[in-house]
Amino acid sequence: MFVTPREGILDPQGRAVEHSLKSLGFELVSGVRVGKYIVLELATESPAQARQLAEQMCEQLLANTVIEDYRIRVEGE
Amino acid sequence: MKWGVITFPGSLDDGDALYALREVMGQEAIALWHADERLYGVECVVLPGGFSYGDYLRCGALARFSPVMKSVARFARDGGLVLGICNGFQILCEARLLPGALTRNRSLSFICDRVALRVENASTPLTRLFSVGDVIRLPIKHGAGLFVASDEELALVEKRGQVLLRYVNAEGQATDEANPNGSLNNIAAIANETFNVFGLMPHPEHAVEADLGGEDGLKLFYSLVAEDR
Repeated sequence: MFVTPREGILDPQGRAVEHSLKSLGFELVSGVRVGKYIVLELATESPAQARQLAEQMCEQLLANTVIEDYRIRVEGE
Repeated sequence: MKWGVITFPGSLDDGDALYALREVMGQEAIALWHADERLYGVECVVLPGGFSYGDYLRCGALARFSPVMKSVARFARDGGLVLGICNGFQILCEARLLPGALTRNRSLSFICDRVALRVENASTPLTRLFSVGDVIRLPIKHGAGLFVASDEELALVEKRGQVLLRYVNAEGQATDEANPNGSLNNIAAIANETFNVFGLMPHPEHAVEADLGGEDGLKLFYSLVAEDR
């Protein structure tokens, strides 16, 4: 699961990192968002079930949907 | 009035809150434990400041799953008075007992300061001893105090009068310079829709003695006591 600050929500961390990247000479950089990457294993063979469970986890705990968006990547999907 | 102050793993200001209530105000106040579901008949629950569960994942995100929080949610739904201070405010937002969320200060720095705050609504249990426009001074100390909500939710919170305190300058104006952490609309304290659950980033329990940083916090606690009468 990738959890990042929502579009439109101020991300001071992303802004500070963007500023630093630019001062290193990476002039082409924009839209930096700093978030979390959460890895876990699920005891199921079904990628569909894995995705569904991951979605529930994000909605209920791993992301605060007031301020964060999430994306899910399922291995073997 | 009987108060209960919850101690979560990582709470810091539970002792100061109990001291303010018991020693300074002479109230009956008991310590509540995160792993114990019972509220022992308290009439107001205080969620103190600190770093519950090490601020893991997000500030306040894990405390919401403590056994005691089930009872707090039920107590709040039944109209019981709940006050979240700093980390307690974060926990109440994460538990969806208050609208919005608290995220990293825009400076990315931990702030320890004393700030001026303007009372925005004086007809709530937490603010009834004040008048609208009163300016008080309270300490703040937090790394994640930036209040955010969706545009829609923020408009509703404002319209319903749920904003209780705003960060202001010495003249009582809610300017950007007076905003310590970047909170939307300079919001420092809010109530839920039914005005029985309150969250504030400043620390009233650290402002209860004239010799130690002022007494403005006392009046907030006494407002809740007056509500009980």
